[in-house]
Amino acid sequence: MKEPQIDDVKKLLKDSLPPAHGAELGRDLWPEMLQRLDQHTLRVPWWDWALLATVAAALCFFPGIIPALLYHL
Amino acid sequence: MELLERFAAGDVDAFEALFRQHQGEVFRWLMRIVRNTAVAEDLTLETFWRMHRAHARFDPSMGNCGAWLRRIATNAAIDHLRHAHREVPLPDDLPATAQQPPGEQLELRREILRAMNKLSPRLRVVVLLALVEEEPYERIAEALGISESAVKLRVFRGVRILRKTLSEAGVHP
Repeated sequence: MKEPQIDDVKKLLKDSLPPAHGAELGRDLWPEMLQRLDQHTLRVPWWDWALLATVAAALCFFPGIIPALLYHL
Repeated sequence: MELLERFAAGDVDAFEALFRQHQGEVFRWLMRIVRNTAVAEDLTLETFWRMHRAHARFDPSMGNCGAWLRRIATNAAIDHLRHAHREVPLPDDLPATAQQPPGEQLELRREILRAMNKLSPRLRVVVLLALVEEEPYERIAEALGISESAVKLRVFRGVRILRKTLSEAGVHP
């Protein structure tokens, strides 16, 4: 393909799509970033909850394992 | 300790300083690709989120945080374009051109957007950055993690597809 053919398409694109050079960020995004960081810091993975529920259920149904558990802790 | 070293060590204050320093630059870069304010803002957050998650892999001796962010932002934009599968929105929120296009011009613009939409996200990004935004090939190559000759090749391929699609629609550039 020759350069003039690229230039033709370039001109057509530039006429139809104005370049975004002047676009400026109108607000500070840090508060939203902080929110996202906090959400992910506090989030506990589902398998941790599942493990906790399994241990709690085991302790309820088989209280005999409590001394064994304490011994291993 | 330098800001970049503190960031690499996981210091949130250093991350905030880098965020405030680079958020405008990242947003402007993303606007050139996605051409929509709301999407560019979301992707700016996504870019910094990815940066934060990868802080341990950042090498402060490289020193060029801006280039690293442009690379992350470009990948985030390509991921967005790949999953969005929708037409490039008309750039309503971009500054208007000198003369408002009449009906015929609007139809032409629609055809061009349709043709752009036929390009794969990787080609579309290169065509937009190289031909519309006139970014240097070197900068595009750096942002995509490819060579300058690969950028040229993508421009050629993109233009060839655009010409074919536009010709089929009766538009002859």
